[in-house]
Amino acid sequence: MAESSVEQAHVHAPPEGFIRKYVFSLDHKVIGKQYYGLALAAVFTGMFLSWLMRIHLVWPMLKIPGLELLSKAGAPGGIITPEYYLSLMTMHGTLMVFFVLTNAPFAAFGNYFLPIQIGAEDMAFPRFNMMSFWTTFAAWLVLMLAFFIPDGPPISGWTSYAPLSAVGKDAGPGMEYGMSLWGISIALFCIGSLLGALNFIATTLDLRAKGMTLMRMPLCTWAWFITSCIALLAFAVLLPACILLILDRHAGTSFFIPAGLVISDRVQPHAGGSPLLWQHLFWFFGHPEVYIAILPSMGIISHILVNSLRKPLLSHRVVIYSMMSIGFLSYMVWGHHMFLSGMNPTSALAFSFPTLTITIPATVLTLIWLGSLYGARIQINSASLFSLGFISMFVAGGVSGFFLAQPSIDIYLHATYFVVGHFHMVMGVASLFGVFAGTYFWFPKMTGRMMDETLGKLHFWITFVGTYCIFMPFHYLGLVGNVRRYQSFVDDFMAPYIGWHKFITICALITGAGQLIFLYNLIYSRFKGKPAPENPWNATSLEWTIPSPPPWNNFGGKHPVVYHDPYQYGVKGSKGDFVMQDSPEQVIVSGD
Amino acid sequence: MGKLLAVVLVIIALASAYPIVTNMFELPKDISTHGHAIDEQIKDTMLEAGISFVGAQLVLAFLVWSFAGRKEGSPLKNFPGGAKIMVIGAFVLVGTEILALGVMGQKAWANVYFTSPAPGALQVQAQAEQFAFYFRYAGPDGQFGTIHPDKIDEGNQNYFGLDPANDIAARDDIVSGELVVPVNREVQLLMHAKDVGHSFYVRELRIQQDFVPGLDLSLHFTATQIGKYEIVCTQLCGLGHYNMKAYLNVMSQEDYDKWQKEQSTQ
Repeated sequence: MAESSVEQAHVHAPPEGFIRKYVFSLDHKVIGKQYYGLALAAVFTGMFLSWLMRIHLVWPMLKIPGLELLSKAGAPGGIITPEYYLSLMTMHGTLMVFFVLTNAPFAAFGNYFLPIQIGAEDMAFPRFNMMSFWTTFAAWLVLMLAFFIPDGPPISGWTSYAPLSAVGKDAGPGMEYGMSLWGISIALFCIGSLLGALNFIATTLDLRAKGMTLMRMPLCTWAWFITSCIALLAFAVLLPACILLILDRHAGTSFFIPAGLVISDRVQPHAGGSPLLWQHLFWFFGHPEVYIAILPSMGIISHILVNSLRKPLLSHRVVIYSMMSIGFLSYMVWGHHMFLSGMNPTSALAFSFPTLTITIPATVLTLIWLGSLYGARIQINSASLFSLGFISMFVAGGVSGFFLAQPSIDIYLHATYFVVGHFHMVMGVASLFGVFAGTYFWFPKMTGRMMDETLGKLHFWITFVGTYCIFMPFHYLGLVGNVRRYQSFVDDFMAPYIGWHKFITICALITGAGQLIFLYNLIYSRFKGKPAPENPWNATSLEWTIPSPPPWNNFGGKHPVVYHDPYQYGVKGSKGDFVMQDSPEQVIVSGD
Repeated sequence: MGKLLAVVLVIIALASAYPIVTNMFELPKDISTHGHAIDEQIKDTMLEAGISFVGAQLVLAFLVWSFAGRKEGSPLKNFPGGAKIMVIGAFVLVGTEILALGVMGQKAWANVYFTSPAPGALQVQAQAEQFAFYFRYAGPDGQFGTIHPDKIDEGNQNYFGLDPANDIAARDDIVSGELVVPVNREVQLLMHAKDVGHSFYVRELRIQQDFVPGLDLSLHFTATQIGKYEIVCTQLCGLGHYNMKAYLNVMSQEDYDKWQKEQSTQ
């Protein structure tokens, strides 16, 4: 519960003028929308890059008109070169993991709805909040700059393994300035995320309204809170890793470079570093990052599902404890990315066990979602379709983790398309399903207008079926040993499988085009959508007690008081089958 | 629309399982002594993962079919047993699965990594570099010459930086672009990276191991079938990564001896 002095401290005056209102705004809602906009720009860029890669893989000689404008050296005459393929891949991964999967479900929705859902007027530190967005924005600009320098973007993948990433221009095109831009961009991104995570934690702990106990917080607020704790520890490790990498590149240090390397016929002037050190630091961040991407979506879809089911989940607490366990375990498993890296083979077993164990809380969550569907009155709309789709996708991406968690199987499947299929489904698409569900659900609150349901459902069907068509075959190709990160399949045995790759490319083009429907729906509904009422979904949590869109200080200067757990559905309330969190009326369990 | 989702979920579950059940994507034949344990492990995991996947999708489909779009006023029911049965179920089912897979998988891993090569194993040094593999045999003296990074000269085919003028052990070393090994004889591969990280992957051999600059690793295997197999690099190593490959040539002992002789006299 908030002390009045704390409450006073974070309240700021209403913003005046365009710049203060929409650009350098202190309002968490504007900052949330800014994060969403940035993620939107990044996701369409990233998707476009994946189109180019998929096209190049199956029609390598196809001239893509206009591509020369993007890079003369990388795509002479519109035909992509091998090194440019790797540049596209690096930028695709970096944009998607950092600027989409971290920004959209966590920073964007978290910023907008966490303070409202706990009954606060803003974040604990509004200036830090503004700074975290603009630092992230700067990170994005620095990264995108790599497209426009003569050197081009880096070619070492989103994991930037040393020494390839550490030795500078000897490592190939893009590795001189492009790679440095990558390092600076990610370091900035870490700073932005650290500030954001601190802010989320302080806000959740200090600014809850009267009666809003921790267990009365909605599940998405819980997810954002747990994710903040993960992000605080994870980005705090990636930041120094990036700084060491920059020092190796520009200050002559040798953190990641051992002695005696001969690259481009030049003995490298370094000694004493360890390439494995980079991998440990990177994956100590990298694996928790997977959960930074997926946990907020788990929270979001739980929040939406329970509304669509019109009855509570089987257990509120079990969902929270499962998410906590996942967050905790996420720190013990980073070595499963490194089974074959040359680290001590005994440690592979030590990393394998917690990796397999993480399946338990993940299964508990899935069973709770499934069990909660039983006996419900599921309302089908775009938001609930994406939430149900999330469950399907999460299971599909999750079970393939069973293979990769075992070091013995990893010997065969590591670095194949099986891995690519696995993480795209579970970390990429499942997480994006949470974002889509959240968008359809909260758009009315954020803009005061409803989204078009018909277009939303069409978007769901294309995305849902398309995703399976793209990523299921990835697993099969992995089983026959199709190696990832190749710009062309020169191995003899791959010839019979090119047909499958063509199928995947066509599905990727169609599914990608389907996303334009979503973009159109967003823009059209923003201006022409039906006006949204205060509570279009008959929902119970605090964001639905205020106007759509909310005023700058959320509750209009009032201090909401919370009387109930967040999900009082399937009860006899004065407004229908639900009782809102801030309603003092007694909850009478429905007799039917 | 709930019913449609249920139907699509069933189709997805069955269509996803079809290529696996009909063996459309078979693992390449195994030519190693340790590989069958890995293949077994993949098969067992496929069974468990497959049942979990298809089962969960069908249950989801059934629940959506039964409970989507029900009219207002239709009775809400709770799952008998509630959350408790779910938690217990997850612990028991997944816990057993983990223990079973973990314990069995440990054996397959131990076969590769926790056994030492036999004393008589053939030692071959593998060097990975942008964008090729080179293999070095110790020659008749059984001793490898020392590597001098500053003497590496690709133009003169001195890929390892040997110094035969001053180093007796280096004089009879055989360097080859192809990994030639006798069938059914254990090979110990001494792995050295010249420039950046690479990886050694032979699908048929069920072997994959990174080359780490500054860290000389070793692995051992026995190839059981004569033939030529592709060795590919699976660690992103720069612009020619996709094109970095070599061949593993498994020969009969006689052919291998003949090959060694030819190489020595060159």
